[in-house]
Amino acid sequence: MIEVVDLYKNFNGYEVLRGINLKVEEGQTLALIGGSGKGKSVLLKHIIGLVKPDRGRILIDNQDISKLRGKALKRLKERCGIVFQGGALFDSLTVFENIAFPIREKTKMKASQIQDTVFRELARVGLSGAENKYPAEISGGMKKRVALARCLVMNPEIVLFDEPTTGLDPLISKAIHKLIRDCQKSLNYTAIIVTHEIPEIFSLVDRVAMLFNGKILAMGTPEEIQASKDPVVHQFIHGELEGPISIE
Amino acid sequence: MKWFFVPFKFIGGIVHKFVRELGRMACFLTEAFFWMLFPPYLIQRVVRRINFIGVKTTSVIILTGSFTGMVLALQIYYVLAKFGAEASLGPVVALSLIRELGPVISALMVTGCAGSALTAEIGIMRISEQIDALDAMALNPYKYLIVPSLLAGVISLPLLNAMFVSVGVFGGYIVGVGLMGVSSGTYFGGIQDFVEARDILEGIYKSLSFGVLITWISCYKGYYTGYGAEGVSKSTTQAVVLSSVVILVWDYFMTSLLVS
Repeated sequence: MIEVVDLYKNFNGYEVLRGINLKVEEGQTLALIGGSGKGKSVLLKHIIGLVKPDRGRILIDNQDISKLRGKALKRLKERCGIVFQGGALFDSLTVFENIAFPIREKTKMKASQIQDTVFRELARVGLSGAENKYPAEISGGMKKRVALARCLVMNPEIVLFDEPTTGLDPLISKAIHKLIRDCQKSLNYTAIIVTHEIPEIFSLVDRVAMLFNGKILAMGTPEEIQASKDPVVHQFIHGELEGPISIE
Repeated sequence: MKWFFVPFKFIGGIVHKFVRELGRMACFLTEAFFWMLFPPYLIQRVVRRINFIGVKTTSVIILTGSFTGMVLALQIYYVLAKFGAEASLGPVVALSLIRELGPVISALMVTGCAGSALTAEIGIMRISEQIDALDAMALNPYKYLIVPSLLAGVISLPLLNAMFVSVGVFGGYIVGVGLMGVSSGTYFGGIQDFVEARDILEGIYKSLSFGVLITWISCYKGYYTGYGAEGVSKSTTQAVVLSSVVILVWDYFMTSLLVS
């Protein structure tokens, strides 16, 4: 279970997060929606321990990740995985080496076992045959799938997706959404997906949270969010130009 | 009265920024040395970094070393001839190269070739979230990126310096013996008589410290690069300029310390 309690963060005097409260139950998938540049990715980086909060707590199974150090933090990070917005693949390594990287560094698996595991993950994300290509030689959609494969290869209990379909055409976006759903069903991880894919995302997740002005403005099931009477939520999910949200 | 404080505020701001940057750099190096002590020891990564910093700079070192030795021999022969001391050409060329020019010029060449590439590589890794990806995998970016580079710098620089000096002495030989007519025995005999172990040690100490300085500054500038392509290009320029200046300043202090 992930629980964020009263989280604050400011960068150079600009308060990005102003008291975030959020809860994701084990095995659930939460979609985090909100305007661009409003702190959704920052929140994900807090949850995986890449950024330290100014104030507040981030609890993963009742352990505060912001207070952990050394081996305890390492162990907690090993239970999590993140798919970054741009994939964050190591550009000097091939697709195969990218997926094999965490296994080689963190386990004592034999080369043949590593190969089997990588090929199995590649097949899962529909990229069999692309193992010898470099990240620069593959499309944006393929990069996201390789990033997902690299994330899932270590069987994480928590997976964070930072805009997994941004910049992709509708068909590939749909394919990636299906892949995320299928993987979630088979591996049963807890997931948070930062996304702008509205309304497509509503069919994929258990709950939706909307970030506005550094706080969670609304949280509920996709149906509850879609039926929300809050003018901000209504304007955002319907993509209306007129309303309380000003376009900067 | 407010105008009175403007220059103080301005200077204070600069000093504050400078001290903060210096502190951050010191913490960066301390952390890198700290992680150097603990396993896993990524020997393969160090070897790859030696290839990146050392092997790929070899051709430039050979080229610049030979021409430095040649021009040094020409200039020194011209001066020595005025005093009728042409026989001292060998030791003067060798001592200049061993004690001063070898470590400094080879360090400047490494800064230009490998230091800039190191900053750009780490900077691109930073802006494309590859460093965050390492961290998210519970792998220490210092151990994977910074420590191997520092070790490779410390190993490569003395070797490149030795190469620079050897080629430079040979370049001096070609000019001195081949063009100016100094006898071969006089050239090498003089070197044997006048060059002492402490001269060679001075060159080694210098190149060792330059190895740390170049990789430290280059890695730091890449690790804390700004946003986007502009941020990386700015960091790369800063790394090259700062490394070059620091090499020359540090060289003066090291020389005064070692000479005294």
